[in-house]
Amino acid sequence: MAGFSIIQGPAVALPQDNIDTDQLIPARFMSVPRKDGYGPYLLHDLRFDAGGTPRPEMPLNRHAQARILVTRRNFGSGSSREAAVYALVDFGIKAVLAPSFGDIFASNAVNNGLLPARLPEDRIEAMIARLGDKAEEMTVDLTDGVIRIGNEVIPFDLDPIWRLKLINGWDDIDMTASHGPAIAAFRAARAKAAPYAMLDGMT
Amino acid sequence: MTSTPSTLFAKLWDAHQVLLREDGASLLWVDRHLVHEGSHHAFAKLAERGLPVAEPALTIGVVDHYAPTRDRDRIGDPDIARMIRTLEENTNRHGIRCFGMRDPRQGIVHVMGPEQGLTLPGLLINCGDSHTSTHGAFGALAFGIGATEVAHVLATQTIWQKRPRTMRITVTGQLGPSVTAKDLALSWIAQLGADGARGHAIEYAGPVVEGLTMEGRMTLCNLSIEGGARCGMVAPDDVTFAYIKGRPFAPHGAEWDRAVQDWRTLATDDGATFDREVSLDGATIAPTVTWGTSPEEALPITANLPDPAQLQGARADQARAAMDYMGLTPGQKIDGTPIDQVFIGSCTNGRIEDLRLAAAVLSGRRAKVPGLVSPGSALVKAQAEQEGLDRIFTEAGLEWVASGCSMCVGMNGDLVAPGNRCASSTNRNFKGRQGRGARTHLMSPAMVAAAAVTGTITDVRPLLAGRV
Ligand code: SF4
Repeated sequence: MAGFSIIQGPAVALPQDNIDTDQLIPARFMSVPRKDGYGPYLLHDLRFDAGGTPRPEMPLNRHAQARILVTRRNFGSGSSREAAVYALVDFGIKAVLAPSFGDIFASNAVNNGLLPARLPEDRIEAMIARLGDKAEEMTVDLTDGVIRIGNEVIPFDLDPIWRLKLINGWDDIDMTASHGPAIAAFRAARAKAAPYAMLDGMT
Repeated sequence: MTSTPSTLFAKLWDAHQVLLREDGASLLWVDRHLVHEGSHHAFAKLAERGLPVAEPALTIGVVDHYAPTRDRDRIGDPDIARMIRTLEENTNRHGIRCFGMRDPRQGIVHVMGPEQGLTLPGLLINCGDSHTSTHGAFGALAFGIGATEVAHVLATQTIWQKRPRTMRITVTGQLGPSVTAKDLALSWIAQLGADGARGHAIEYAGPVVEGLTMEGRMTLCNLSIEGGARCGMVAPDDVTFAYIKGRPFAPHGAEWDRAVQDWRTLATDDGATFDREVSLDGATIAPTVTWGTSPEEALPITANLPDPAQLQGARADQARAAMDYMGLTPGQKIDGTPIDQVFIGSCTNGRIEDLRLAAAVLSGRRAKVPGLVSPGSALVKAQAEQEGLDRIFTEAGLEWVASGCSMCVGMNGDLVAPGNRCASSTNRNFKGRQGRGARTHLMSPAMVAAAAVTGTITDVRPLLAGRV
């Protein structure tokens, strides 16, 4: 994946707590292969009524060009399904701003080049109030760790490990390959120290 | 050893750290990697790169999420059949042991692992499933991961992680009659919030936790993720060892003795410190049920719903939206709310002890609403049938079906109809979790059985009095 340090585009507010990954992508869509694209299923049951008609009041239906999502606490909690991140990414979302994220979701997001930026609750509430039901141009700068909207410059929180990974577009499997000898040595020591940890082949 | 006192978590973490990178990320060795139908994305990533599975013997597959609970020999839905076939093909191709649809050991991954002795104290266990925290009940470091990470573990048998903070939840006193590990879990999550333990590894301790069976400890650790924790764990003790001894993949003979000796050192040392300490009095916990669409929206059965008008800002919005979705009225009593159906099962509460307790409530009684009972594994099913529990359920009017994730997530087609209210022994009351528009109330299996008998959400205590 290519690294990046600037995200620019329209931001929209989705003022809800606890948007879990079951809402981000309902379970019934999860057998779809990734190459088919997950964008249409993002927040499916919030965006569409039971008959499949888009709900006009839903911000993501009115602003399909949204690139940044501003939302409330505990975003991406629940199931570890990475498909929740695929749905956001395939829809075009590059960053999510919230007071807190589910741990597994945040890690999945970084692995797919989606930024989970943490801001204090009062900052988020002010941003939600400012955006209302409109979309507004916003810039997220990973290098400086700030968000720029209008004349405002607002700092955000991101684990330094994740910041590096997003900026450099690091791939974990490639990184780990260089540690092959250390892993092999560890395995041998582990088998000695804890023989119960090893298993024989298929039965 | 004369080193500084350390926590159980620190001992487990340090025993698995292959290396610590400059930026603070640890590369950890993975002892057990469990895969299921949902792991298809990860296998596809591996195939894209043409990589083999590094340690097929330490990787174990099981069919659970899409497992049909009826008519298993003829799977009607081609999508479901394809998901199951894909897992069986992927595990076969890579020489991975797989408990498939016809295996008598098939079951929900977090029920099957402990049952087979694949889950042991001291291990690091990963699975592409958030409820992997369940295995922490054995004093293992067990946490859920996403598909990219599953691919990484398949390719390298290691995982990059940043070290979480530590938190101890000590439960003092004693639980009241008919109050279970489920009630304990829902009540701490209600107090601290669904993100209350975010970024933390939890150790559960204190006399109430020590007094729980392995089934109870698994329920407690399972729900750690619903409070936002990275993982949950309990120090292994004689209860743990008695559960493991003799299981197929557990060590035997001299190896067993040596392992137990090792495992006895897996406890938090006196004087070790945690980043956060929380204490609960077990005696204050009542049977607990959720009323909203997040596990944090839980209340003792004796309580009334909140009134959004008395809450502020985002909290008021949340309560209003939840009540609207759930079709409930502000301030109403939760006790007496009529339900449409019940479900007993899942990796949270689908074990033999859970079925026994539900059966104790249902014995000689009739359910007023329809419902499904799906044991957590084929072996739990066989055991329950041997004990005659299946007859109690069917005579009460509930449907007794095969094992799988079933109505916990509905991927196999076991769904709650839109607008229907379900009393459920599962772990997530999220909007649409049990089906589009479904209304889920989480509670213990005993409370689900009580709801079946009365047709309403109700206090199980009088119904169980004198029965257990
Ligand atoms: S029973 Fe439910 S929570 Fe457990 S593994 Fe299956 S779907 Fe996940």
